[in-house]
Amino acid sequence: MIYLELFWSYFQIGLFSIGGGYAAMPLIEQQVVELHPWLTSVQFADIVTIAEMTPGPIAINSATFVGTMVAGVPGAIVATLGCIVPSCMIVMTLAYLYYRFRGLSIIQGVLAGLRPAVIAMIASAGINLFLTAVYGKSGVPDDIWSFQPLALLIFLGAFLVLRRWKVNPIKVMAGAGAAGFILFSLF
Amino acid sequence: MKRVSRATYAKLFWSVFKLSACTFGGGFVIVPLMRKRFVEELGWIEEQEMLDMTAIAQSSPGAIAVNAAILVGYHVARIPGALLTVLGTVIPPLIIVSVISMFYQAFRDNPVVNLVMAGMLCGVAAVILDVVIDMTKTILEKKKILPVLVLMGAFIAVRFFSVNILLIILVCGIIGILETWQREKTNREAMGK
Repeated sequence: MIYLELFWSYFQIGLFSIGGGYAAMPLIEQQVVELHPWLTSVQFADIVTIAEMTPGPIAINSATFVGTMVAGVPGAIVATLGCIVPSCMIVMTLAYLYYRFRGLSIIQGVLAGLRPAVIAMIASAGINLFLTAVYGKSGVPDDIWSFQPLALLIFLGAFLVLRRWKVNPIKVMAGAGAAGFILFSLF
Repeated sequence: MKRVSRATYAKLFWSVFKLSACTFGGGFVIVPLMRKRFVEELGWIEEQEMLDMTAIAQSSPGAIAVNAAILVGYHVARIPGALLTVLGTVIPPLIIVSVISMFYQAFRDNPVVNLVMAGMLCGVAAVILDVVIDMTKTILEKKKILPVLVLMGAFIAVRFFSVNILLIILVCGIIGILETWQREKTNREAMGK
């Protein structure tokens, strides 16, 4: 039964991928390339590209892609469901516990320790994106001055608009996309 | 529990739907955007709570974006809210990827798509930096040395030593507990005198 297999594979991916994003990649590869004959490794590389180019979490994107390939739109829905069911159960339980016990001093202590760490991780992810934006996918080259000036210009423009006028981030991203299309095609 | 109006449900759903549809780059990108929307624009969630939610989303299994959406939905309207935000988060990639997987080759080679993506990436980086500055301010405003040290230590560990994120969360949680015990001990001794 293909739907059950899809559901079960993605249930395991959802359950064991902690840390999000690229931490899930090896697990997905194991399930859909090695354990099941659903994708070739070339198709798997394509998923990674699609996941980078499209919105949404990589696990969900791959669930949709694999599901569509193996069993059409119903397959996509079943695989996506499998992927989110473990999260729903575990995180809702944690949410309940958080609101129930967050007054306890020990929980307060844990959370106080985690808050600055979370900011640090977001900062690091932001720097990675920034470097990809101005240097391209291959990362920072030896010559640090070989960045793309137009990309830096769009970044600084977006940053200025955000800090100074508190513009809605979705508008800023859409504007940056339009600016990218105009500037990169002109120059 | 207060009754949640239909308008609130609608706003909750469309907020996460729009964020999910426009968010490239996964978990750590969508979380700052959720903070902008729910903390700054709507005022539904406290700054501290949002950071707590991020920590929980990060250390739970599954996609961070989905986990964060569940926590936000649960905060606003308990289990129905959580189910609604999960749907709102999952539907955009489900539709977009289904369509793209049919036209994948054409999509990948389309120059317009590539230029717009490159521009959006710059915008996303700016949004994240903006949010990081705001969040760092809330830590600095407390004028305590330990959180600042934890922030810098965690940053160095992630950035320069690629330390496993779960390990960092574990260590920072333990530091938090020790700090609380220490503070309570000094408080008790001060009261005993």
